[in-house]
Amino acid sequence: MTTRIDTRFAELKKAGRSAFVTFLMAGDPDPATSLEIIKALPKSGADVIEIGMPFTDPMADGPSIQAAGLRALKAGMTLKKMLELVRGFRKDDDATPIVLMGYYNPIYIYGVDKFLVDAKSAGVDGLIIVDLPPEEDDELCLPAMKAGLNFIRLATPTTDDKRLPAVLANTSGFVYYVSITGITGAAAADSTAVSEAVARIKRHTKLPVCVGFGIRTPEAARAIASHANGAVVGTALVDALKNSLDAEGRATAKTVNAVAELTAALAHGVKGAQQAAE
Amino acid sequence: MNIAKPNSYRSGPDERGHFGIFGGRFVAETLMPLILDLEKAYTAAKADPAFQAEMNGYLKNYVGRPSPLYFAERLTEHLGGAKIYLKREELNHTGSHKVNNVLGQIMLARRMGKKRIIAETGAGQHGVATATLCARFGLECVVYMGAVDVERQQPNVIRMEMLGAKVFPVQSGTRTLKDAMNEALRDWVTNVHNTFYCIGTVAGPHPYPTLVRDFQSIIGNETKAQMQEIEGRLPDSLVACIGGGSNAMGLFHPFLDDPSVEIFGVEAAGHGLTQLHAASIAGGRPGVLHGNRTYLLMDADGQIQDAHSISAGLDYPGIGPEHSWLHEVGRVNYLSATDDEALAAFQLLSKLEGIIPALEPAHAIAKVMELAPKRPKDHLMVVNLSGRGDKDVPQVGDILRGKK
Repeated sequence: MTTRIDTRFAELKKAGRSAFVTFLMAGDPDPATSLEIIKALPKSGADVIEIGMPFTDPMADGPSIQAAGLRALKAGMTLKKMLELVRGFRKDDDATPIVLMGYYNPIYIYGVDKFLVDAKSAGVDGLIIVDLPPEEDDELCLPAMKAGLNFIRLATPTTDDKRLPAVLANTSGFVYYVSITGITGAAAADSTAVSEAVARIKRHTKLPVCVGFGIRTPEAARAIASHANGAVVGTALVDALKNSLDAEGRATAKTVNAVAELTAALAHGVKGAQQAAE
Repeated sequence: MNIAKPNSYRSGPDERGHFGIFGGRFVAETLMPLILDLEKAYTAAKADPAFQAEMNGYLKNYVGRPSPLYFAERLTEHLGGAKIYLKREELNHTGSHKVNNVLGQIMLARRMGKKRIIAETGAGQHGVATATLCARFGLECVVYMGAVDVERQQPNVIRMEMLGAKVFPVQSGTRTLKDAMNEALRDWVTNVHNTFYCIGTVAGPHPYPTLVRDFQSIIGNETKAQMQEIEGRLPDSLVACIGGGSNAMGLFHPFLDDPSVEIFGVEAAGHGLTQLHAASIAGGRPGVLHGNRTYLLMDADGQIQDAHSISAGLDYPGIGPEHSWLHEVGRVNYLSATDDEALAAFQLLSKLEGIIPALEPAHAIAKVMELAPKRPKDHLMVVNLSGRGDKDVPQVGDILRGKK
């Protein structure tokens, strides 16, 4: 089974460059603006799009992404509406991979089997579920693989060599290396440490390794992208979105452009990087 | 639910931390290696007689155990039915049952070489117990407490600060216990290398529900021995309040395989079960939050709902996973008491027995007021008086004087 994610990373490898992966919250600040933003991302240079699934209690997220989730929930975002958002995006773009990222409870309540069918048919390619470690693979990871969706695992600085094989066992699409111990948007990643960690993971897997948490600027994105197969930026984009809103937290005429412009600058940074040696 | 009755109600969890479908390890990868280490350290400690001996020394001379099992004569007379015994956990050092568990976890943290301790707290009782033992053992202590709770439980905030802990008022979400737990998890994921998370209740990822239960089981074990000595037999019923459910689990667990013992857990019904409340079993369904699958209050989309209780210690939209399982297999009856019922019980116990209970166990007393009159005079009922009410005196005083 080849997903859009596999195809995209194969293309990038051929082109000799790393992926730029964006993260924004579904339905932030409202469903219609959110769709416009997501549509604008590939044109601005995003290679893979991660969409956050809003949750009331995001234990691994910093204040920016917590607030984005609450804005989305307040504007009426649900899992069902998020899948409509993906369907809307797929009308014009059948190539850019879409990865949903969030927490397990909303999927569990939606019903795992029903969710996987609906997500696949909406055009979702992969899932990143923060609170489902390999110890809980029966819950969603194995059913997702069966349904033809990639289950992308997070590896972290605390995932040592002994544990890595377990983390990588049922991972597909790519490996998401969390560059810091911490929550989203907190510390900056140290590129030397990241480079060593990526090399360590690559000794255990042939999958592409993307790095996220703590990357905010085009320069940082370039530095990380030169050591990995992709750089993920979330909080900086969410902050750009938030800074474009009016005092009541509503979208303005500047909102879509604010995100698109930062996306373009970050993509430029990533594309300036030398592809990591395989 | 059609769930087969197990041979024993005390054999859980399985090796993956499940009680039936409940429990588990739903945490970020960053925390997983540490949780596995904790499990290993706990298994080793349990098998080490030196660990138990050291614990027993502190339980006796520092905590002041065993806590008395006291016959509440005037409450019994007043209600006119069952003979009511109070398990006096409020007489422990720091004023609640929380210290039993904290002592165990701090000893584990020391064995694991962790120098920084974090905790979440609702009413502040767990925070005070943690701050106390950190002071005793010279450890850094950081306590996360919802900003709403900081306001309504000021005496405990002051105590924690006097004991040298840093108290962070949590401003996110509903600014109560659930948000304090989110913030503690965020701290833990950031400082995982040097930090031990001292969870205050029988919830969170495996092995926490088990190890907290084991450290609290001293309540039930003592009760069993004391009742044998006083009355020469087992009690007929047990009653305890439930937020996360650690005092209840501690009392119940040693009695789960004694079929003659009726067991009642009392959740907080807040303004009433059709309005804002904190009764996860009465008003929730199974979901996944804070590392475990358990009964939770949530909306149709799986978003967690705000809980409400007059008692900060019960103001949480979930419950420990083993309680969810005991509910589904039918071993424990889960009831609920409203804010008003708890307030009435708070006053009744104060006036009849000269014991000011915390608002949390006042919920248990409230149900005793309903259950005891319907039982015969030779029925032995034990209620866990899990904490003392000093911390609630300003809040209840304001309510009774009509200020709030």
